[in-house]
Amino acid sequence: MNDAQVIPLNPDRDPNEGKGSSFPGEQQVAGALRFLRRRLEGSYQVDDFGFDRELTHDLLIPSLRPLYEKWFRVEVHGIENVPSEGGALIVANHSGTVALDSLMTQVALADHHPAHRELRMLGADLVFALPFVGTAARRAGHTLACNPDAERLLASGELVGVWPEGFKGVGKPYSERYRLQRFGRGGFVSAALRTQVPIIPTSIVGAEEIYPILADAKVLARLLGMPYFPITPTFPWLGPLGMIPLPSKWHIEFGEPIMTDVFTEGAADDPMLMFNLTDQVRETIQHTLYKLLMQRRSVFF
Amino acid sequence: MARVVLVTGVSRYLGGKLARLLASHPDVERVVGVDVIPPPEDLGHAEFVRADIRNPVIAKVIKAAAVDTVVHMNVIATPVGAGGRSAMKEINVIGTMQLLAACQRAPSIRQLVVKSSAMVYGVSPKDPAMFTEDMEAIRLPRSGFAKDSVEVEGYVRGFARRRPDVDVTMLRFANILGPGIDTPLSRYLSLPVVPTVMGFDGRLQLTHEDDALDAVQVATFGHAPGTYNVSGDGVLMLSQAIARAGRVNLPLPTPVASVTRDVVRRFGFIDFTSEQIAYFKYGRGVDTSLIKERLGFVPRYSTRATFDEFLKAHPLGRVMPWDAPDEPAPVSTIGGASS
Repeated sequence: MNDAQVIPLNPDRDPNEGKGSSFPGEQQVAGALRFLRRRLEGSYQVDDFGFDRELTHDLLIPSLRPLYEKWFRVEVHGIENVPSEGGALIVANHSGTVALDSLMTQVALADHHPAHRELRMLGADLVFALPFVGTAARRAGHTLACNPDAERLLASGELVGVWPEGFKGVGKPYSERYRLQRFGRGGFVSAALRTQVPIIPTSIVGAEEIYPILADAKVLARLLGMPYFPITPTFPWLGPLGMIPLPSKWHIEFGEPIMTDVFTEGAADDPMLMFNLTDQVRETIQHTLYKLLMQRRSVFF
Repeated sequence: MARVVLVTGVSRYLGGKLARLLASHPDVERVVGVDVIPPPEDLGHAEFVRADIRNPVIAKVIKAAAVDTVVHMNVIATPVGAGGRSAMKEINVIGTMQLLAACQRAPSIRQLVVKSSAMVYGVSPKDPAMFTEDMEAIRLPRSGFAKDSVEVEGYVRGFARRRPDVDVTMLRFANILGPGIDTPLSRYLSLPVVPTVMGFDGRLQLTHEDDALDAVQVATFGHAPGTYNVSGDGVLMLSQAIARAGRVNLPLPTPVASVTRDVVRRFGFIDFTSEQIAYFKYGRGVDTSLIKERLGFVPRYSTRATFDEFLKAHPLGRVMPWDAPDEPAPVSTIGGASS
C-alpha cells in the first residue's frame, strides 16, 4: 500500500532511446520528458478520491522539499509513533495563515517515515469550492472533511490527517499563537472509533511565525468571500514579496498513539466518550506545544 | 417460472438491445416492447407494441399480455431526439406516473426494474468522495434529466409502498458510455476542442453499455430488490479523459463557460444543463459495493476500459499529435484507495 505505484513504461516510447548521446543529467531530462508525456497523454492513474500518486511524488513533494529542508529546516520527532501500515489518524494543530503546516507534515511522512507513508488530508469544504485550489487538493490526495470520506480512507488502511481547528486555527492573530482553538465537533474521533484506528496527536511548532497576523481586514475578507484577510508585517504592504514566509525553525512531533480498539463497538455513539477523547487529544497537543516551545532557543534557529 | 416482461423505451439504443437480450433468455416466455415510434432495429424475438406510456393504453397492454415483470428503460437523458425539454420531461415524469398507475392496477405484476441515474445525488463541492445508496444529495438537482430522475425515483418509491408485494429495483447508473450509445457525454467528448471550466476538474465514472445491460438483467433475474449504484470501477479525471482522447482541452473562466454552454445548447448539438457543468467541475463518485455483494454483479469494464472502448469505436481523428496510450487497464478498488 505504501509502494509508489509503478506505471509501466513502454520502452519503445522512450523519447531518448537509442540516441546514444550522454550528457550530465541525461537521466533526469529523459525522466522529466517521460513524465511530461504521460501527463499530456493522460496515461496516469487517480484513485477514487482523485489522488494522483505520480503527480504528488514526482512534482508536489519535490517542489516542497527545499522549503521543508532549507527554509524551515523541519525537525521531526516521534516518527516511530506513526504505524508503518494500516489506518491511523494524525490530528494536529493548525496555524500560519496559509496551511503550509499540513503540507510540511505530508513531506515529513513521505520523506522521513521508514515506510514513506502518504498522508491523506481532510480539508474544509471551502477548499473544494475554490478553482485551482480544490483540484490541486484532490490531486494531492486530500478530500472533504466529512465522516463518510474519513471512514472510507481509514477503513482502507490509509494514513489520514486532520486539522480540527480549521480556519479558526490558521487565521488566528499572532497574539494567540500556540493557543489551540476549539476542536470542531469531534467528528474525527467518531471516525477513528468506528474504524478502530489509533489517533496520533501531532504538534507543530514554527508555523505560527511564518506569516504573523497582526490584524484581520474583515470587510475585505467578506468582499472576497474569504474566511479572513490577513495583515502581516509584510503583507499586503510588499505585494508579492510579502507572500514569502518568514524562515522560522520548525518542529513536528508525532505523539504517542491513542488506541481506539480498546473501546466497545457502540463507543462512537457515546457523546460523553467522544468529548473526553477529543479533550484528551487536544490537551496532549497543547502540552506538547508548550514543551516544544520551552525547548526552543529562538524562533529562527 | 416462464415470465412475461414488458420493456419500455425499446426504440432507444439500450431499450432495444435489452429487449433482444431478454427475449433470448431461457426463463422468459415473452417480451413485449413498447415505445411511441417503431424501433430502428429488429427486436429479435421480442414483440413490439406501439403504445405511449403517457396515456392509459399502457394498462391494456399489461393486462392483455398478463405481464409479470416491467423493466422501465424510458427515462431519457437528452431532449435531442425527444423533441425538446418539455417533451422529455413529459416522457420521463408523466410517462413514469402513467406506467406506475397501470402497474398498480395490474395484479399480475410481480417485479419492477427502473433505470435511474447517479445524477440523483446532485453535484456540489460539499459532496463526499463516494456516494452510497443510503446517502442523500447535498444539493438536490434542479434541472433537466437529473431532476427528472429524482422525481421518477420518488414515484417509484410511492409505488413500492402501495404495492409491497412487488419487488422493486432501481439502478442508479453512472454515465453510460460505449461503442454504440449516443449520450450528451459522448457528444461532448467528441468535440475536437473540448471546453472545460478553468480551475476545475471533475472525477468521471463510466458504465460500459454492456455492463449496463448486464446489470438490468441481473436485477431482473436476481432476487434482491433494492436501490443500487452501478458503475465501472475507478475514476477518470475529465482533463485526463480529454487527454486520452487526443482532444484539445479549452479551459474557460466560469462566466465564459456559461455563455458557451448557452451557445452550444442553442444550436441543439448537445444539451448542457447547469447540472452537467457542475458535474464537469466537481465530478461525482458512487460506491458500487452493494450490488457486488447482494447481486454478485461485477462490471466487466472499469471506467478507464469503458472510455478506451468508446475511443476505439469512435475514430475521431486525433487532434493532438500523440497516440492513444495503451497500457493495460488498471485494477482499481472501489471502496477506498488503490492498494
